[in-house]
Amino acid sequence: MVTYIVRRLITAALILLGASFLVYLLTASSGDPLEEFRASSAPNKQQLMDSRSQLLDLDTPAPLRYFKWLSGAARCLVPFGGSCDLGKNIAGQPITEALGFALVQTLTLVTGATILAILIGIALGIITALRQYSALDYGVTFMAFLFFSLPIFWVAVLLKEYGAIGFNDFLRNPEIPLPVALGIGAVAGLIVAVAVGGAARRRLVSGGIVFLAVSLILIYFSLVQWFRNPGLGPVVIAIAGVGIAFAVTLLVAGLKNRKALQASLIVVALGVVAYFAVQPLLNQATAVMIVLLGIATIGVGVGTGFLMGGYDRGQSMRAAGITAFLVGGLILMDRFMQAWPSYFSNSRVRGRPIATIGAGTPNIQGDFWVLTLDTFTHLILPTMALILVSLASYTRFTRSSMLEIMNMDYIRTARAKGLSERSVVMGHAFRNALIPIATIVAFDIGALIGGAVITETVFSVRGMGFLFLDGIMHTDPNPVMGVFVCVAVTAMVFNLIADLAYSALDPRVRIKA
Amino acid sequence: MSQPTQQEEFLAEHAHSRQPGSSYEPEAKGLSQGQIVRKRFLGHTGALVGLFIFAVIFLMAFTSVGWAGIPGWWKYDHLDVSPLVNDGVPTASLWPPAWGEHPFGQDRIGRDLFAMTMRGAQQSIIIMLLIGTIAGLLGTVVGGLSGYFRGWVEAVLMRITDVIIIIPVLLLAAVVAQSVNRRDQGGWFSGFAASNGILILGIFLGLVSWVGLARLMRGEFLTLREREFVDAARISGASNARIIFKHILPNAIGVLIVNVTLTMSAAILLETALSYLGVGVKSPDTSLGLLISQNQEAFSTRPWLFWFPGIFIVLICLSINFIGDGLRDAFDPRQKKFNAKKARDTQQSGEPAKAPAAAADGSAGD
Repeated sequence: MVTYIVRRLITAALILLGASFLVYLLTASSGDPLEEFRASSAPNKQQLMDSRSQLLDLDTPAPLRYFKWLSGAARCLVPFGGSCDLGKNIAGQPITEALGFALVQTLTLVTGATILAILIGIALGIITALRQYSALDYGVTFMAFLFFSLPIFWVAVLLKEYGAIGFNDFLRNPEIPLPVALGIGAVAGLIVAVAVGGAARRRLVSGGIVFLAVSLILIYFSLVQWFRNPGLGPVVIAIAGVGIAFAVTLLVAGLKNRKALQASLIVVALGVVAYFAVQPLLNQATAVMIVLLGIATIGVGVGTGFLMGGYDRGQSMRAAGITAFLVGGLILMDRFMQAWPSYFSNSRVRGRPIATIGAGTPNIQGDFWVLTLDTFTHLILPTMALILVSLASYTRFTRSSMLEIMNMDYIRTARAKGLSERSVVMGHAFRNALIPIATIVAFDIGALIGGAVITETVFSVRGMGFLFLDGIMHTDPNPVMGVFVCVAVTAMVFNLIADLAYSALDPRVRIKA
Repeated sequence: MSQPTQQEEFLAEHAHSRQPGSSYEPEAKGLSQGQIVRKRFLGHTGALVGLFIFAVIFLMAFTSVGWAGIPGWWKYDHLDVSPLVNDGVPTASLWPPAWGEHPFGQDRIGRDLFAMTMRGAQQSIIIMLLIGTIAGLLGTVVGGLSGYFRGWVEAVLMRITDVIIIIPVLLLAAVVAQSVNRRDQGGWFSGFAASNGILILGIFLGLVSWVGLARLMRGEFLTLREREFVDAARISGASNARIIFKHILPNAIGVLIVNVTLTMSAAILLETALSYLGVGVKSPDTSLGLLISQNQEAFSTRPWLFWFPGIFIVLICLSINFIGDGLRDAFDPRQKKFNAKKARDTQQSGEPAKAPAAAADGSAGD
């Protein structure tokens, strides 16, 4: 095992050395860094050219410059040495500083999108595998192929037009005409009718209920101008919480486990009480406090589950913990909605909240809630675009993995033992189907920090992809090398982790030392 | 398809071990591999529709504006400037069906968008085919050699693959784009490249996108070379070349074709993305990605400039993806055919292998 890891790391280091040498030479030879001065008619043209030559050390041939760069970069390997030197970019800024900034930008952009895409993709994949050859399966398959074929910059322009400009115009006068409300309700009902499966009567009833509910809610929203002054309130949180409690218990423990259900319901009641208790506290919120509150919430949930016990204490704890987390999320969402009007009327936002470019409104003032909302409104479009294009592969992969597992002999054995369908799907099939997905996820997380070059360009986020592209455009090797080294190292480390995780999760796969 | 009996045996074995009595067995009886694959592919509706759409786009793109000096039937080409008709609004209409002077409209200076889109689709298809061919060939050779011979051949080739796989494509494309654009040097390369930017880009992207295929083919060769029929061939005195070309390659061809198709659909998006970032196809020539990037600011005033090229990208990519999906189902005996009618038939006849899936269907609906 250790031999294997050491060998992998040494090979990786050698590959990295070779590839970085190539990347340096390629970047240096990709253009002329002095080009913009050559054609200029500025009187101090020669001086400008000289200073840039000096900054980029152009008198030294590129292969030698690589080794100069390498000697600086090698000092980054010394932990806490503080002498990390990746050179400077064309504007004279140290690369380590630029990388730090870009990394934060990129991670805020892609983390949420990746997590959401993984969750939604896996859920869709499992549902379509369980309903193989149903209308839902065909629909999702078609959508997956469609999303897979979309160029992201094309989606981005459409989102900007309809998601941002259209929605902002709508917010100016948030009234939904009756036919539109009915239409949206009908579409939602149709989707549900297709998705639930089963007999025609069942489909019709579920679809009808959803149609009525969605239409009525939209009409209500329109009447009270909900989109201007959104909010959930304790009543909605309580109702939604009970729904969440039932759904989570159904998935985690099965409704037959009464203790788990009771634990989840108790947690919901605690949540509604906490809703009133924490409001004054939330008014002085900081990010750290939210995280601490979240941990406390999960702790309370798990504790309740532990106290309730039942024939399977672990199931109760899991059900109550997840319920607590979700109810806490609802309370948080409600607090964000309370801050919405003040964000909406902020002098920098001027009633057009959904932004099309950038990572934040410049010079915005406000408390934690307003500032976080500002980040959200800037993230929402790129996140949607990224989810759309990366959803497809997760869905397809999970579906085929799940289908293969469902045809295995041990699934038949599980059924023959008389286990409930829930425990066959969730306990036997789902967990094993996750093994190959875990490796894909590890790869994707490794690729995360490379950023999404095109998404960052379209939405003007100055992240890693932007830094990289900018370096290429200016024939500036240092930022390109900085990004490349970061991306390559994480990608290699996560490849290794993926391989190790696979052999840890699936004992049939042995690592050859 | 020189080894139909072996392949059949292999397929049948898989069918037996995987899903006894599935829908697959009867259709394999007495048919060669090629016939089975063809039959399964033709039963895949999505793939057929994809093939049809792709054929239509292919014909339209290459005949309308002409190619390689051969004139086409459309009156404009992508550079012609003509007076604006009706401020450039598309003249095509679905009802009454009409084509009009400028079916897809015109841009600001009066170039015909239909001609530009067709030219762009042509370029995208050429690049896609180039990438598919080159990546497929290189990937098979490298993957096959390292999988079959193992030892130092494998070590060297796979390390080269590892190095290429982590060099960002964007950087390589930028280097090519720069050297193509450097006209002041006047070497033979830049002279050739200046007039054939598309070919250079396609060849180049092909030269970097074979790595995934090589890894895949290596895995395929690694498993196939251990099989009994390869041992049998070796014992009866077959040369390495004969084993590779007559025994292993025909068995690996399915995986290869499917993944070349998928590489090609990714290649379309790669080309459009690179053109969008300004390191792919450059004006005055045009491509679908370039058209979108040139016209994205005009979305509010001339939305058609944005819609038509985008729709063509999506259509080409979607049809290739569906063809790839159909090929995968046709070549992979383990995957059941994506055919609703057949699935329903087998479910109704209550075959044992289908029972779990049917049960899942039924009880998940509770």
